[in-house]
Amino acid sequence: MSSPIQLQTDETFVLNVGPQHPATHGVLRVKMEMNGEYIVNAETVIGYIHRMHEKMGENKTYPQYLMNLSRMDYLGALGYSHGHVLVVEKAAGIEVPERAEYIRAIMVELNRIASHLFWFGAFVMDLGGFSPLMYALQDREYILDMLEAVTGSRLTYCYFRFGGLYNDIDDDFIDAARRFIPRMRKSLIKYDKLVTGNIIFRKRLEGNALLSKETCRKYGASSAVARGSGINFDVRKNEPYSVYPDFDFDVPVYHEGDSLARYMVRMKEMEQSLRIIEQGLDKLPDGPIMPKKKPKLIKPPAGDYYQAVETARGSFGVRLVSDGTKTPYRLKLRSPTYSNMHLFDESCRGMMIMDALAFMGSLDLVIPEIDR
Amino acid sequence: MVTYFKDIYSGLVSLFIGMEVTFKEFFKPTVTVQYPYETLTMTEKYRGHVELIESDEGKPNCVVCGLCQRACPSACITLAGVKPEGEKKKVLTKYILDFTRCSLCGSCVESCNFNALEFSKEYNLASTRREDFIFDLLQRLEARNK
Repeated sequence: MSSPIQLQTDETFVLNVGPQHPATHGVLRVKMEMNGEYIVNAETVIGYIHRMHEKMGENKTYPQYLMNLSRMDYLGALGYSHGHVLVVEKAAGIEVPERAEYIRAIMVELNRIASHLFWFGAFVMDLGGFSPLMYALQDREYILDMLEAVTGSRLTYCYFRFGGLYNDIDDDFIDAARRFIPRMRKSLIKYDKLVTGNIIFRKRLEGNALLSKETCRKYGASSAVARGSGINFDVRKNEPYSVYPDFDFDVPVYHEGDSLARYMVRMKEMEQSLRIIEQGLDKLPDGPIMPKKKPKLIKPPAGDYYQAVETARGSFGVRLVSDGTKTPYRLKLRSPTYSNMHLFDESCRGMMIMDALAFMGSLDLVIPEIDR
Repeated sequence: MVTYFKDIYSGLVSLFIGMEVTFKEFFKPTVTVQYPYETLTMTEKYRGHVELIESDEGKPNCVVCGLCQRACPSACITLAGVKPEGEKKKVLTKYILDFTRCSLCGSCVESCNFNALEFSKEYNLASTRREDFIFDLLQRLEARNK
């Protein structure tokens, strides 16, 4: 029998993870230089699903571009649409009725929970636990059914309009949302029992992929990646927009900086989103969902406008440069996962490959959103 | 040494707590739909591809104004019409929807001022041929009326 091959300390090989790999959740490729099971160097390669969304923004009129935003991040699409409509409304000076803004906030928070639920299931599946995904999808289905009944679609919504909304919500939706809140709270306890408390899960994530505050700042990380490393930044609190100042909610921050902290932030965020939905439903004013005065053709005056929103994946910004015509001169989309992903190259050095994949799962990557 | 055994004990307990959850779920009713033996009906506001709406006389409401064509972000719609002599309105002669490019945004239906377009509730649209997704809506309307 031949003896197993002994790797020399200076002997490395290249391992190609992706572009089609279950752990990368999409078409992301990671070139890893390995020494045995340890990563010496890693390089993320993107661009496999680049669709030129920014360029399309320059060629299409403002309303025609609405549907593009939901195709960036298919899990939390409404947050992205929210950023886009807010910046155009700011530029064109369109006033939004209060009811419409409240409904937007409720919808975005529901979508955030749906997105986090899917992440939760997929993340645990990355670590080898299959059944939590099924429970998470069951709850997510409930949200998608609710959203479908109002918006007409399940993932790529195209629900927000400049100045308001496509459809008003009805009593059925409000009842369903009210029923959903206690149901989801119960489910969160179930997830805690099933996953958070699980010793195998905890041992794998505690101390895994420690990210310092400086690294997060250097790469411009946001969402749970930054908040898991002790950076208390949430656009909804720090640069309030829409009707978020009316809501009472907390921003969960953990200081450990490991994968478990990032997991905990997202789990706590779901609780806070439920609080926002609850308050939104209580405070929901009556009235129209579209403004009385709305320009027929949207032509914002020449200028430079920016709006950031907190999506499920972090701080998403839209910069609109208008030259006064019916199409934007430039539409820059700052996607949060792009920044979050680039942490990976530096931070996974010296890690074992299983730990690196757990780390990648904790970053919550959605590849179409990185490539745009 | 004591902490070592304590860890093992608490770890085991945590696993049993998790198992308790799955055990309880085992007795809960099934939530999945046994497709294709069972299918779901789409909600009232479901956005499928567009269809023409007909008037009481069985003719399309469309007056060939072309607003839907202009509103479409992906240029899916091609339509044509003629104005018969002595008539005020144009009559639709062709309405082609290229569903391969459609992103179901609903801009066409929203732009229509004549109640001529609606969303269909059809979602079982699978085919291996590209041509199957080029819908002639006028033909579909006639087929519906038969």
